[in-house]
Amino acid sequence: MEKTIITVVGKDAVGIIAKVCTYLAENGINILDISQTIVQGYFNMMMIVDTGAMDKPFGDLCDEMAALGGKTGVVIKCQKEEIFDKMHRI
Amino acid sequence: MINLFEVTETNKMISEENLDVRTITLGVSLLDCIDSDLEKLNEKIYHKIYHAAKDLVKTGEEISREYGIPIVNKRISVTPIALVGGAACGRPEDFVTVARTLDRAAKDVGVNFIGGYSALVSKGMTEADRNLICSIPMALSSTERVCSSVNLGSTKTGINMDGVKLMGEIIKETAEQTRDQDSLGCAKLVVFCNAPDDNPFMAGAFHGVTEADKVINVGVSGPGVVKTALESVRGENFEVLCETIKKTAFKVTRVGQLVAQEASARLKVPFGIVDLSLAPTPAIGDSVADILCEMGLEYAGAPGTTAALALLNDQVKKGGVMASSYVGGLSGAFIPVSEDQGMINAVQAGALTLEKLEAMTCVCSVGLDMIAVPGDTKASSISGIIADEMAIGMVNQKTTAVRIIPVIGKGVGETVEFGGLLGYAPIMPVNRFSCEAFIGRGGRIPAPIHSFKN
Repeated sequence: MEKTIITVVGKDAVGIIAKVCTYLAENGINILDISQTIVQGYFNMMMIVDTGAMDKPFGDLCDEMAALGGKTGVVIKCQKEEIFDKMHRI
Repeated sequence: MINLFEVTETNKMISEENLDVRTITLGVSLLDCIDSDLEKLNEKIYHKIYHAAKDLVKTGEEISREYGIPIVNKRISVTPIALVGGAACGRPEDFVTVARTLDRAAKDVGVNFIGGYSALVSKGMTEADRNLICSIPMALSSTERVCSSVNLGSTKTGINMDGVKLMGEIIKETAEQTRDQDSLGCAKLVVFCNAPDDNPFMAGAFHGVTEADKVINVGVSGPGVVKTALESVRGENFEVLCETIKKTAFKVTRVGQLVAQEASARLKVPFGIVDLSLAPTPAIGDSVADILCEMGLEYAGAPGTTAALALLNDQVKKGGVMASSYVGGLSGAFIPVSEDQGMINAVQAGALTLEKLEAMTCVCSVGLDMIAVPGDTKASSISGIIADEMAIGMVNQKTTAVRIIPVIGKGVGETVEFGGLLGYAPIMPVNRFSCEAFIGRGGRIPAPIHSFKN
Protein backbone atom coordinates (compact mmCIF):
# COMPACT_ATOMS: atom_id res chain seq x y z
CA MET A 1 0.00 0.00 0.00
CA GLU A 2 1.27 3.46 -0.89
CA LYS A 3 -0.61 6.09 1.02
CA THR A 4 -1.02 9.53 -0.49
CA ILE A 5 -2.69 12.54 1.06
CA ILE A 6 -4.89 14.62 -1.23
CA THR A 7 -5.93 18.02 0.04
CA VAL A 8 -8.57 20.17 -1.59
CA VAL A 9 -8.94 23.77 -0.48
CA GLY A 10 -11.09 26.51 -2.00
CA LYS A 11 -14.48 28.15 -2.29
CA ASP A 12 -17.30 25.68 -1.76
CA ALA A 13 -19.23 24.57 -4.86
CA VAL A 14 -21.51 21.75 -5.98
CA GLY A 15 -19.77 18.51 -7.00
CA ILE A 16 -16.21 19.00 -5.80
CA ILE A 17 -16.02 15.61 -4.09
CA ALA A 18 -17.78 13.93 -7.04
CA LYS A 19 -15.20 15.22 -9.53
CA VAL A 20 -12.25 14.21 -7.38
CA CYS A 21 -13.72 10.77 -6.68
CA THR A 22 -14.49 10.16 -10.35
CA TYR A 23 -10.89 10.89 -11.27
CA LEU A 24 -9.61 8.59 -8.52
CA ALA A 25 -11.92 5.74 -9.58
CA GLU A 26 -10.85 6.08 -13.23
CA ASN A 27 -7.22 5.75 -12.17
CA GLY A 28 -7.56 2.77 -9.85
CA ILE A 29 -6.97 4.80 -6.69
CA ASN A 30 -8.75 3.53 -3.59
CA ILE A 31 -10.03 5.99 -0.97
CA LEU A 32 -9.15 4.97 2.61
CA ASP A 33 -10.40 7.97 4.57
CA ILE A 34 -12.06 11.31 3.96
CA SER A 35 -12.48 14.25 6.31
CA GLN A 36 -13.95 17.53 5.31
CA THR A 37 -14.98 20.84 6.85
CA ILE A 38 -16.36 24.13 5.63
CA VAL A 39 -15.02 27.20 7.40
CA GLN A 40 -16.54 30.57 6.42
CA GLY A 41 -17.59 29.28 3.01
CA TYR A 42 -14.23 27.68 2.35
CA PHE A 43 -14.13 24.03 1.49
CA ASN A 44 -11.31 22.08 3.15
CA MET A 45 -10.99 18.38 2.45
CA MET A 46 -8.36 15.76 3.11
CA MET A 47 -8.38 12.30 1.59
CA ILE A 48 -6.07 9.43 2.42
CA VAL A 49 -5.83 7.23 -0.67
CA ASP A 50 -3.90 4.18 -1.79
CA THR A 51 -1.92 4.87 -4.96
CA GLY A 52 -0.22 1.45 -4.93
CA ALA A 53 -2.32 0.15 -7.85
CA MET A 54 -2.12 3.34 -9.90
CA ASP A 55 -0.44 2.77 -13.26
CA LYS A 56 0.88 6.28 -13.97
CA PRO A 57 3.85 8.14 -12.51
CA PHE A 58 3.21 10.08 -9.30
CA GLY A 59 4.12 13.34 -11.00
CA ASP A 60 1.29 12.90 -13.54
CA LEU A 61 -1.20 12.41 -10.71
CA CYS A 62 -0.01 15.69 -9.14
CA ASP A 63 -0.31 17.55 -12.46
CA GLU A 64 -3.72 16.13 -13.42
CA MET A 65 -5.20 16.74 -9.99
CA ALA A 66 -3.85 20.29 -10.00
CA ALA A 67 -5.43 20.82 -13.43
CA LEU A 68 -8.75 19.38 -12.21
CA GLY A 69 -8.58 21.77 -9.26
CA GLY A 70 -7.92 24.66 -11.62
CA LYS A 71 -11.07 23.85 -13.60
CA THR A 72 -13.18 23.46 -10.46
CA GLY A 73 -11.86 26.62 -8.79
CA VAL A 74 -10.09 24.86 -5.89
CA VAL A 75 -6.47 24.01 -5.09
CA ILE A 76 -5.73 20.28 -5.10
CA LYS A 77 -2.43 18.93 -3.80
CA CYS A 78 -1.14 15.37 -3.74
CA GLN A 79 1.64 14.49 -1.32
CA LYS A 80 3.04 11.16 -0.18
CA GLU A 81 1.99 10.39 3.37
CA GLU A 82 5.50 10.14 4.82
CA ILE A 83 6.02 13.88 5.08
CA PHE A 84 3.08 14.18 7.50
CA ASP A 85 3.86 10.94 9.26
CA LYS A 86 7.49 11.92 9.87
CA MET A 87 6.55 15.36 11.13
CA HIS A 88 3.69 14.41 13.44
CA ARG A 89 4.52 10.88 14.64
CA ILE A 90 7.56 9.77 16.62
CA MET B 1 -3.91 7.90 11.03
CA ILE B 2 -2.92 11.41 10.02
CA ASN B 3 -5.73 13.89 10.55
CA LEU B 4 -6.90 17.03 8.81
CA PHE B 5 -5.42 19.31 11.49
CA GLU B 6 -1.93 17.85 11.08
CA VAL B 7 -2.07 17.97 7.29
CA THR B 8 -3.22 21.60 7.39
CA GLU B 9 -0.45 22.51 9.86
CA THR B 10 2.28 21.02 7.64
CA ASN B 11 0.94 22.60 4.47
CA LYS B 12 0.58 25.98 6.16
CA MET B 13 4.24 25.78 7.21
CA ILE B 14 5.18 25.18 3.59
CA SER B 15 2.85 27.64 1.87
CA GLU B 16 2.75 30.52 4.36
CA GLU B 17 5.78 30.20 6.64
CA ASN B 18 8.50 29.44 4.09
CA LEU B 19 9.34 25.96 5.35
CA ASP B 20 11.77 24.42 2.91
CA VAL B 21 14.76 22.18 2.59
CA ARG B 22 17.48 24.70 1.91
CA THR B 23 19.90 22.38 0.19
CA ILE B 24 20.73 18.85 -0.80
CA THR B 25 24.50 18.85 -1.12
CA LEU B 26 26.29 15.96 -2.75
CA GLY B 27 29.80 15.57 -1.40
CA VAL B 28 32.23 14.07 -3.92
CA SER B 29 35.77 12.99 -3.13
CA LEU B 30 38.28 14.01 -5.80
CA LEU B 31 41.22 12.26 -4.17
CA ASP B 32 41.18 9.58 -6.87
CA CYS B 33 41.50 12.28 -9.56
CA ILE B 34 44.96 13.39 -8.44
CA ASP B 35 47.40 13.50 -11.34
CA SER B 36 50.64 15.33 -11.98
CA ASP B 37 49.44 16.30 -15.47
CA LEU B 38 47.20 19.36 -15.26
CA GLU B 39 45.14 18.51 -18.32
CA LYS B 40 44.48 14.97 -17.12
CA LEU B 41 43.61 16.28 -13.65
CA ASN B 42 40.99 18.63 -15.07
CA GLU B 43 39.54 15.91 -17.25
CA LYS B 44 39.30 13.43 -14.37
CA ILE B 45 37.69 16.04 -12.09
CA TYR B 46 35.08 16.93 -14.70
CA HIS B 47 34.12 13.31 -15.33
CA LYS B 48 34.00 12.36 -11.66
CA ILE B 49 31.71 15.27 -10.79
CA TYR B 50 29.55 14.90 -13.88
CA HIS B 51 28.92 11.19 -13.37
CA ALA B 52 28.34 11.53 -9.62
CA ALA B 53 25.94 14.44 -9.89
CA LYS B 54 24.17 14.08 -13.22
CA ASP B 55 20.91 12.93 -11.57
CA LEU B 56 21.14 15.19 -8.51
CA VAL B 57 18.93 18.03 -9.72
CA LYS B 58 16.33 15.72 -11.29
CA THR B 59 16.13 13.60 -8.12
CA GLY B 60 15.79 16.69 -5.94
CA GLU B 61 12.93 17.94 -8.10
CA GLU B 62 11.16 14.57 -7.98
CA ILE B 63 11.34 14.41 -4.18
CA SER B 64 10.16 18.00 -3.95
CA ARG B 65 7.14 17.23 -6.10
CA GLU B 66 6.14 13.98 -4.41
CA TYR B 67 6.20 15.38 -0.90
CA GLY B 68 5.15 18.90 -1.78
CA ILE B 69 8.16 20.42 -0.01
CA PRO B 70 10.37 22.97 -1.81
CA ILE B 71 14.02 21.96 -2.08
CA VAL B 72 15.61 25.31 -2.83
CA ASN B 73 19.15 24.35 -3.80
CA LYS B 74 20.94 21.35 -5.18
CA ARG B 75 24.68 21.70 -4.72
CA ILE B 76 28.01 19.89 -4.81
CA SER B 77 30.97 19.95 -2.44
CA VAL B 78 34.35 18.50 -3.37
CA THR B 79 37.62 17.63 -1.66
CA PRO B 80 39.66 20.78 -0.93
CA ILE B 81 41.29 21.59 -4.25
CA ALA B 82 44.63 22.51 -2.65
CA LEU B 83 45.00 18.79 -1.82
CA VAL B 84 43.78 17.54 -5.18
CA GLY B 85 45.71 20.00 -7.34
CA GLY B 86 48.98 20.10 -5.43
CA ALA B 87 50.80 17.68 -7.74
CA ALA B 88 49.73 19.36 -10.98
CA CYS B 89 49.47 23.03 -10.11
CA GLY B 90 52.80 24.77 -9.73
CA ARG B 91 51.38 28.28 -10.11
CA PRO B 92 48.19 30.06 -9.04
CA GLU B 93 47.15 30.22 -12.73
CA ASP B 94 47.14 26.41 -12.85
CA PHE B 95 44.66 26.29 -9.98
CA VAL B 96 42.41 28.71 -11.85
CA THR B 97 42.03 26.13 -14.63
CA VAL B 98 40.69 23.71 -12.00
CA ALA B 99 38.23 26.37 -10.79
CA ARG B 100 36.98 26.73 -14.37
CA THR B 101 36.58 22.96 -14.63
CA LEU B 102 34.52 22.92 -11.42
CA ASP B 103 32.40 25.77 -12.79
CA ARG B 104 31.80 23.94 -16.07
CA ALA B 105 30.88 20.69 -14.30
CA ALA B 106 28.49 22.55 -11.98
CA LYS B 107 26.84 24.27 -14.92
CA ASP B 108 26.49 21.04 -16.91
CA VAL B 109 24.77 19.17 -14.07
CA GLY B 110 22.60 22.21 -13.25
CA VAL B 111 23.66 22.98 -9.67
CA ASN B 112 23.86 26.63 -8.62
CA PHE B 113 27.00 26.38 -6.47
CA ILE B 114 29.97 24.06 -6.11
CA GLY B 115 32.08 24.35 -2.97
CA GLY B 116 35.54 23.08 -2.18
CA TYR B 117 37.89 25.51 -3.87
CA SER B 118 39.53 25.35 -0.49
CA ALA B 119 42.70 25.08 1.52
CA LEU B 120 43.07 23.77 5.08
CA VAL B 121 45.88 25.76 6.64
CA SER B 122 44.98 25.82 10.33
CA LYS B 123 48.59 25.18 11.33
CA GLY B 124 50.79 25.74 8.30
CA MET B 125 50.70 26.26 4.57
CA THR B 126 52.17 24.09 1.83
CA GLU B 127 53.26 25.63 -1.45
CA ALA B 128 50.06 24.25 -3.00
CA ASP B 129 47.93 25.85 -0.27
CA ARG B 130 49.62 29.19 -0.88
CA ASN B 131 49.19 28.94 -4.64
CA LEU B 132 45.51 28.08 -4.26
CA ILE B 133 44.92 30.95 -1.87
CA CYS B 134 46.70 33.38 -4.20
CA SER B 135 44.55 32.14 -7.08
CA ILE B 136 41.24 32.82 -5.26
CA PRO B 137 40.68 36.38 -6.59
CA MET B 138 41.28 35.24 -10.16
CA ALA B 139 39.25 32.04 -9.71
CA LEU B 140 36.22 33.78 -8.21
CA SER B 141 36.25 36.60 -10.75
CA SER B 142 36.43 34.21 -13.71
CA THR B 143 33.81 31.68 -12.56
CA GLU B 144 30.16 31.92 -11.70
CA ARG B 145 29.32 29.01 -9.41
CA VAL B 146 32.55 28.18 -7.60
CA CYS B 147 32.72 28.86 -3.84
CA SER B 148 35.94 29.06 -1.91
CA SER B 149 36.84 28.57 1.73
CA VAL B 150 40.00 28.56 3.81
CA ASN B 151 40.35 27.05 7.28
CA LEU B 152 42.70 29.27 9.26
CA GLY B 153 42.59 27.85 12.74
CA SER B 154 41.30 25.21 15.11
CA THR B 155 40.99 24.56 18.82
CA LYS B 156 43.65 21.85 18.52
CA THR B 157 46.21 23.78 16.48
CA GLY B 158 45.70 27.46 17.23
CA ILE B 159 45.45 30.19 14.59
CA ASN B 160 47.66 30.49 11.55
CA MET B 161 48.27 34.24 11.64
CA ASP B 162 50.28 34.19 8.41
CA GLY B 163 47.14 32.79 6.80
CA VAL B 164 44.98 35.42 8.51
CA LYS B 165 47.21 38.20 7.17
CA LEU B 166 47.20 36.73 3.68
CA MET B 167 43.41 36.27 3.65
CA GLY B 168 42.84 39.93 4.55
CA GLU B 169 44.77 40.81 1.39
CA ILE B 170 43.04 38.12 -0.69
CA ILE B 171 39.58 39.33 0.35
CA LYS B 172 40.52 42.88 -0.69
CA GLU B 173 41.93 41.64 -3.99
CA THR B 174 38.82 39.53 -4.68
CA ALA B 175 36.69 42.60 -4.01
CA GLU B 176 38.81 44.61 -6.47
CA GLN B 177 38.62 41.97 -9.18
CA THR B 178 34.83 41.76 -8.92
CA ARG B 179 34.24 45.49 -8.34
CA ASP B 180 31.94 45.81 -11.36
CA GLN B 181 29.54 43.39 -9.62
CA ASP B 182 29.66 45.20 -6.25
CA SER B 183 32.54 42.96 -5.11
CA LEU B 184 30.31 39.88 -5.37
CA GLY B 185 33.33 37.56 -5.37
CA CYS B 186 33.68 38.04 -1.61
CA ALA B 187 30.18 36.62 -1.09
CA LYS B 188 31.55 33.32 -2.39
CA LEU B 189 34.59 33.32 -0.10
CA VAL B 190 34.61 32.37 3.56
CA VAL B 191 37.34 31.79 6.15
CA PHE B 192 36.86 29.37 9.03
CA CYS B 193 38.10 28.29 12.40
CA ASN B 194 37.23 24.63 13.14
CA ALA B 195 35.70 24.09 9.68
CA PRO B 196 33.44 21.01 9.59
CA ASP B 197 34.05 18.32 6.95
CA ASP B 198 30.37 17.76 6.22
CA ASN B 199 28.87 21.23 5.92
CA PRO B 200 26.17 21.35 3.21
CA PHE B 201 25.88 25.15 3.18
CA MET B 202 27.71 27.51 0.84
CA ALA B 203 30.04 29.25 0.62
CA GLY B 204 31.88 27.07 3.14
CA ALA B 205 30.96 23.57 1.95
CA PHE B 206 33.78 21.17 1.14
CA HIS B 207 34.04 17.40 1.20
CA GLY B 208 36.45 16.54 4.00
CA VAL B 209 39.17 13.94 3.59
CA THR B 210 37.64 11.81 6.34
CA GLU B 211 34.43 11.38 4.34
CA ALA B 212 33.36 8.51 2.07
CA ASP B 213 33.70 8.68 -1.72
CA LYS B 214 30.26 10.26 -2.04
CA VAL B 215 27.79 11.43 0.56
CA ILE B 216 24.45 13.24 0.78
CA ASN B 217 24.18 16.07 3.32
CA VAL B 218 21.02 18.08 3.79
CA GLY B 219 20.45 21.52 5.27
CA VAL B 220 16.98 22.39 6.53
CA SER B 221 15.52 25.76 7.23
CA GLY B 222 12.46 27.27 8.81
CA PRO B 223 12.85 30.59 10.64
CA GLY B 224 9.33 31.56 9.56
CA VAL B 225 7.88 28.42 11.13
CA VAL B 226 9.60 29.11 14.45
CA LYS B 227 8.48 32.73 14.42
CA THR B 228 4.85 31.79 13.76
CA ALA B 229 4.94 29.18 16.53
CA LEU B 230 6.27 31.81 18.95
CA GLU B 231 3.46 34.21 18.07
CA SER B 232 1.11 31.82 19.86
CA VAL B 233 3.08 32.01 23.14
CA ARG B 234 3.56 35.79 23.47
CA GLY B 235 4.14 36.84 27.07
CA GLU B 236 4.68 33.29 28.32
CA ASN B 237 7.76 32.40 30.39
CA PHE B 238 11.06 30.97 29.12
CA GLU B 239 10.07 27.38 29.79
CA VAL B 240 7.11 27.67 27.42
CA LEU B 241 9.22 29.62 24.93
CA CYS B 242 11.93 26.95 24.86
CA GLU B 243 9.50 24.05 24.61
CA THR B 244 7.80 25.72 21.65
CA ILE B 245 11.08 26.21 19.78
CA LYS B 246 12.15 22.63 20.47
CA LYS B 247 8.91 21.12 19.19
CA THR B 248 8.99 23.26 16.07
CA ALA B 249 12.65 22.46 15.38
CA PHE B 250 11.80 18.78 15.69
CA LYS B 251 9.12 19.03 13.02
CA VAL B 252 11.28 21.07 10.66
CA THR B 253 14.21 18.68 11.01
CA ARG B 254 12.07 15.59 10.42
CA VAL B 255 11.32 16.90 6.94
CA GLY B 256 15.06 17.28 6.32
CA GLN B 257 15.68 13.75 7.53
CA LEU B 258 12.99 12.39 5.20
CA VAL B 259 14.41 14.26 2.20
CA ALA B 260 17.95 13.17 3.05
CA GLN B 261 16.96 9.51 3.29
CA GLU B 262 14.99 9.64 0.05
CA ALA B 263 17.77 11.41 -1.83
CA SER B 264 20.29 8.94 -0.46
CA ALA B 265 18.21 5.92 -1.53
CA ARG B 266 17.39 7.26 -4.98
CA LEU B 267 20.91 8.40 -5.81
CA LYS B 268 22.42 5.29 -4.18
CA VAL B 269 24.77 7.50 -2.19
CA PRO B 270 25.18 7.09 1.59
CA PHE B 271 23.34 9.55 3.83
CA GLY B 272 25.78 11.73 5.73
CA ILE B 273 24.15 14.27 8.00
CA VAL B 274 21.30 16.69 8.44
CA ASP B 275 22.47 20.19 9.31
CA LEU B 276 20.02 21.56 11.90
CA SER B 277 19.82 25.11 10.81
CA LEU B 278 17.68 28.16 10.81
CA ALA B 279 18.91 29.67 7.57
CA PRO B 280 17.14 32.89 6.65
CA THR B 281 16.51 34.33 3.19
CA PRO B 282 15.75 37.93 2.23
CA ALA B 283 12.08 36.93 1.76
CA ILE B 284 9.64 38.53 4.19
CA GLY B 285 8.79 36.10 7.00
CA ASP B 286 11.98 34.04 6.58
CA SER B 287 14.14 35.88 9.10
CA VAL B 288 16.09 34.81 12.20
CA ALA B 289 16.13 38.43 13.42
CA ASP B 290 12.31 38.41 13.39
CA ILE B 291 12.37 35.45 15.80
CA LEU B 292 14.51 37.50 18.20
CA CYS B 293 12.02 40.36 17.89
CA GLU B 294 9.13 37.98 18.52
CA MET B 295 10.90 36.92 21.73
CA GLY B 296 10.63 40.50 22.92
CA LEU B 297 13.43 42.59 21.42
CA GLU B 298 12.65 45.81 19.59
CA TYR B 299 15.38 45.05 17.05
CA ALA B 300 18.11 42.42 16.70
CA GLY B 301 21.10 44.06 18.37
CA ALA B 302 19.20 45.46 21.36
CA PRO B 303 20.47 44.49 24.84
CA GLY B 304 19.41 40.88 25.42
CA THR B 305 20.11 39.83 21.83
CA THR B 306 23.01 37.51 22.68
CA ALA B 307 20.94 35.74 25.36
CA ALA B 308 17.97 35.39 23.04
CA LEU B 309 20.15 33.99 20.27
CA ALA B 310 21.90 31.57 22.65
CA LEU B 311 18.54 30.26 23.77
CA LEU B 312 17.26 29.94 20.20
CA ASN B 313 20.38 28.15 18.99
CA ASP B 314 20.36 25.67 21.84
CA GLN B 315 16.68 24.81 21.56
CA VAL B 316 16.94 24.34 17.79
CA LYS B 317 19.68 21.78 18.42
CA LYS B 318 17.81 20.06 21.24
CA GLY B 319 14.70 19.68 19.12
CA GLY B 320 16.57 18.77 15.98
CA VAL B 321 18.90 16.16 17.42
CA MET B 322 16.07 13.77 18.18
CA ALA B 323 14.54 14.26 14.75
CA SER B 324 17.57 13.09 12.82
CA SER B 325 19.70 9.98 12.99
CA TYR B 326 22.90 11.84 12.11
CA VAL B 327 23.46 15.50 12.80
CA GLY B 328 26.44 17.50 11.64
CA GLY B 329 27.63 20.42 9.57
CA LEU B 330 27.22 23.84 11.14
CA SER B 331 23.90 23.16 12.94
CA GLY B 332 22.40 26.26 14.52
CA ALA B 333 20.90 29.62 13.70
CA PHE B 334 22.66 31.59 10.96
CA ILE B 335 22.91 35.34 11.29
CA PRO B 336 23.89 36.66 7.87
CA VAL B 337 23.13 40.34 7.44
CA SER B 338 22.33 40.69 3.74
CA GLU B 339 20.28 37.49 3.61
CA ASP B 340 17.90 38.42 6.44
CA GLN B 341 15.42 41.28 6.14
CA GLY B 342 15.15 41.64 9.94
CA MET B 343 18.93 42.02 10.25
CA ILE B 344 18.99 44.58 7.44
CA ASN B 345 16.25 46.56 9.23
CA ALA B 346 18.24 46.40 12.48
CA VAL B 347 21.39 47.76 10.79
CA GLN B 348 19.41 50.52 9.10
CA ALA B 349 17.79 51.49 12.41
CA GLY B 350 21.25 51.71 14.01
CA ALA B 351 20.47 48.86 16.42
CA LEU B 352 23.07 46.42 15.14
CA THR B 353 26.80 47.02 14.88
CA LEU B 354 29.73 44.87 13.82
CA GLU B 355 30.79 44.57 17.47
CA LYS B 356 27.36 43.28 18.55
CA LEU B 357 27.37 40.83 15.66
CA GLU B 358 30.73 39.57 16.89
CA ALA B 359 29.27 38.99 20.34
CA MET B 360 26.34 37.14 18.79
CA THR B 361 28.70 34.80 16.95
CA CYS B 362 29.95 33.50 20.32
CA VAL B 363 26.66 31.70 20.86
CA CYS B 364 25.37 30.80 17.42
CA SER B 365 26.20 28.97 14.27
CA VAL B 366 29.05 30.21 12.10
CA GLY B 367 29.97 33.86 12.46
CA LEU B 368 30.24 37.21 10.75
CA ASP B 369 28.31 36.44 7.62
CA MET B 370 27.51 38.49 4.54
CA ILE B 371 28.56 41.78 6.05
CA ALA B 372 29.25 44.65 3.67
CA VAL B 373 31.92 47.13 4.80
CA PRO B 374 33.40 50.21 3.09
CA GLY B 375 35.66 49.47 0.12
CA ASP B 376 38.51 51.48 1.63
CA THR B 377 38.73 49.22 4.70
CA LYS B 378 42.39 48.25 5.05
CA ALA B 379 43.44 44.62 4.46
CA SER B 380 45.00 44.58 7.94
CA SER B 381 41.67 45.62 9.51
CA ILE B 382 39.92 42.77 7.69
CA SER B 383 42.64 40.43 8.98
CA GLY B 384 42.03 41.82 12.48
CA ILE B 385 38.30 41.10 12.22
CA ILE B 386 39.13 37.58 11.00
CA ALA B 387 41.61 37.05 13.86
CA ASP B 388 38.99 38.09 16.45
CA GLU B 389 36.46 35.69 15.00
CA MET B 390 38.97 32.84 14.77
CA ALA B 391 39.89 33.43 18.43
CA ILE B 392 36.23 33.07 19.46
CA GLY B 393 36.02 29.75 17.62
CA MET B 394 39.35 28.48 18.89
CA VAL B 395 38.69 29.22 22.56
CA ASN B 396 35.03 28.14 22.56
CA GLN B 397 35.62 24.94 20.57
CA LYS B 398 33.11 25.89 17.93
CA THR B 399 33.05 26.67 14.25
CA THR B 400 33.33 30.35 13.43
CA ALA B 401 33.63 32.01 10.08
CA VAL B 402 33.96 35.36 8.36
CA ARG B 403 32.34 36.24 5.06
CA ILE B 404 32.90 39.96 4.72
CA ILE B 405 32.55 42.10 1.60
CA PRO B 406 34.59 45.30 1.30
CA VAL B 407 32.51 46.93 -1.44
CA ILE B 408 34.95 48.79 -3.65
CA GLY B 409 33.82 52.34 -4.42
CA LYS B 410 31.12 52.44 -1.74
CA GLY B 411 31.03 53.78 1.79
CA VAL B 412 28.96 53.77 4.98
CA GLY B 413 25.31 54.65 4.38
CA GLU B 414 25.23 53.22 0.88
CA THR B 415 23.57 49.93 0.00
CA VAL B 416 24.89 47.02 -2.00
CA GLU B 417 22.68 44.64 -3.99
CA PHE B 418 23.86 41.07 -4.52
CA GLY B 419 20.59 39.67 -5.82
CA GLY B 420 18.75 36.39 -5.26
CA LEU B 421 19.37 34.46 -2.05
CA LEU B 422 22.41 36.66 -1.30
CA GLY B 423 20.12 39.67 -0.80
CA TYR B 424 21.19 43.27 -0.22
CA ALA B 425 23.00 45.02 2.60
CA PRO B 426 23.62 48.45 4.03
CA ILE B 427 27.36 49.08 4.34
CA MET B 428 28.42 48.96 7.99
CA PRO B 429 31.18 51.05 9.57
CA VAL B 430 34.39 49.33 10.71
CA ASN B 431 36.37 50.43 13.77
CA ARG B 432 38.84 52.95 12.30
CA PHE B 433 41.79 52.26 14.58
CA SER B 434 44.73 50.27 13.25
CA CYS B 435 45.86 46.72 14.06
CA GLU B 436 48.53 46.69 11.37
CA ALA B 437 51.48 46.06 13.69
CA PHE B 438 49.64 43.17 15.38
CA ILE B 439 48.72 41.48 12.11
CA GLY B 440 52.19 42.16 10.67
CA ARG B 441 53.94 40.04 13.32
CA GLY B 442 53.51 36.75 11.45
CA GLY B 443 53.57 33.21 12.80
CA ARG B 444 50.96 31.33 14.77
CA ILE B 445 48.84 31.87 17.85
CA PRO B 446 49.31 28.69 19.92
CA ALA B 447 46.42 26.37 20.72
CA PRO B 448 44.56 27.31 23.91
CA ILE B 449 44.84 25.41 27.15
CA HIS B 450 42.11 22.81 27.59
CA SER B 451 41.93 22.95 31.34
CA PHE B 452 41.33 25.64 33.96
CA LYS B 453 38.14 26.70 32.13
CA ASN B 454 36.82 30.07 33.15
